Amino acid sequence: MTTVWEPVIGIEVHVELSTQSKMFCGCEVTFGGEANTKVCPTCLGLPGALPVANSVAMDWIVRIGLALQCQVSERSVFHRKNYFYADLPKNYQVSQFDLPVCRNGWLDVTVGDETRRIGIERAHMEEDTGKSLHQGNGGRIHTATSTLLDFNRSGVPLVEIVSRPDLRSATEARAYAQDLRNLVAELGVSDARMEAGSIRFDANVSVRPVGTEALGTKVEIKNMNSFRSLERAIASEIDRQVALLEGGQKVRQETRHWDEGAGATHSMRSKEESSDYRYFAEPDLLPLVFAADQVEALRAGLPELPAERRSRLEGLGVAPHTARALAQAEPELRRTFEEAVALGAPPAAAANWVAGELTAATRRLETPAMVDGRSLFRLIEMTEDGRLSSSAAKEVLVEMLRSGDEAEAVATRLDLIQISDTSALEAAVSEVLDSQLEAVERYRSGEQKVLGFLVGLVMKSTGGKADPKLVNQILRQRLG
Amino acid sequence: MPVDIDIAYVARLARLGLSAEELAFYRDQLGVILEHAAKVQEVDTEGFEATAHPLGIVNQFRPDEIRPSLDRGEVLAAAPATDGVYFVVPPALEG
Repeated sequence: MTTVWEPVIGIEVHVELSTQSKMFCGCEVTFGGEANTKVCPTCLGLPGALPVANSVAMDWIVRIGLALQCQVSERSVFHRKNYFYADLPKNYQVSQFDLPVCRNGWLDVTVGDETRRIGIERAHMEEDTGKSLHQGNGGRIHTATSTLLDFNRSGVPLVEIVSRPDLRSATEARAYAQDLRNLVAELGVSDARMEAGSIRFDANVSVRPVGTEALGTKVEIKNMNSFRSLERAIASEIDRQVALLEGGQKVRQETRHWDEGAGATHSMRSKEESSDYRYFAEPDLLPLVFAADQVEALRAGLPELPAERRSRLEGLGVAPHTARALAQAEPELRRTFEEAVALGAPPAAAANWVAGELTAATRRLETPAMVDGRSLFRLIEMTEDGRLSSSAAKEVLVEMLRSGDEAEAVATRLDLIQISDTSALEAAVSEVLDSQLEAVERYRSGEQKVLGFLVGLVMKSTGGKADPKLVNQILRQRLG
Repeated sequence: MPVDIDIAYVARLARLGLSAEELAFYRDQLGVILEHAAKVQEVDTEGFEATAHPLGIVNQFRPDEIRPSLDRGEVLAAAPATDGVYFVVPPALEG
């Protein structure tokens, strides 16, 4: 009998907050910039320097926790996590241990037609480390000859969000990561740019025979810098573990690095021989107390979150998969949708335009452009009243983005407006019928397909600008 | 009450290379401290909340405002090795 394996995946997310200043000192939070210019005694870990927590960062972790349906601890404490690494100048990271700010939340994640609730174990506040640049042999961490350190990132506020091991596939893990990223971006507390490292994902992966409860040995995988590589790394790690177990071998508990080029994870043989972090309460920072009214004020300030937006859109009659895409679309796109609907555009049609053609067209453009809700509303109006065919409307939209002109002007310029004026079409139909007496005779004796031929002739005589639906209708009436 | 200590492990965690004599010396010294801690732990603390800090105050925050950072030249002057821009250290991982 062959064993069917079930992957068990948990994700740890590190989010760099985009506050003005660092977590425990007044140095500026920057991305890029001249190395080692945003540093002071506190973030360099110089003796005697004392940390003081950034009030905005504390509000923002609560915002994140609330958006993830977490409980905010009434009382929370910073701890020191002790380990030696060159990018950690104090030899400890100020983090949290048994009293994190946020606990017990969840995020609903949808893959295909299935939505599953993924538990959030905790979200805690900590500080980022400095940045290492590995020199020599192409900058690969394993073969570097020396390491350069930039401490501009040292002490940047970092929120770590730890999921429960509730994810069951690489695809689901990717969906969770993307939804979480969008949520954080929505809250406006981080740039949340994976390629820039302002949001980072590590995965804990194990496998077990399906139907069993006990967890297999977990492996932590790191170094995924896109959602695609996150999914690939997890899939590859699942395959590796299954192959080991089926070959009668054991999975070793370790940290593995994802190698994008090789498409595989490889073992990170760290000099750090122990992960005994010897946590203890940080004596330089005072305990944190979150009053209920303060938490409720922060909750009231939350924006509409993607999940709420999605159900609101579905309530407006937008198809589920369109609602999902639009709920997570860029804010500019969503604004266009909301404005168009406020002006009276049918929500389902407006959503299809925004999530479909408008999203696709803006991505293809070389210079960023957007149509506002009023312009989209007018475009939709022209398609609804038959003046634009749906294919012509797509062409008009692209040109609206390029030129910044309104639908009417663009459609006129491109000569795409359909003749939907009944009297004009009546004349064209008459002309065709008068010249096609034989075809008319055939239709009347029961040859239905002749109608298509006649429609074609009217379309031709109007230079393709007649509304084919209307032509069809008029012809049937006249021949009827 | 004598306390069992793996002093070599503790030294390794602290990156201290100690001789056999030093290990024995610090085992005894640390032992005294831990015995004291063990004695404190015998006190019945039932009904008392854990204290993370001796002070009664909480929530000391600073506003999110940028303050001037140090001059890079000054910062790097204290480093054992630099290239004028970065701190330079030996590679972090074994090959």
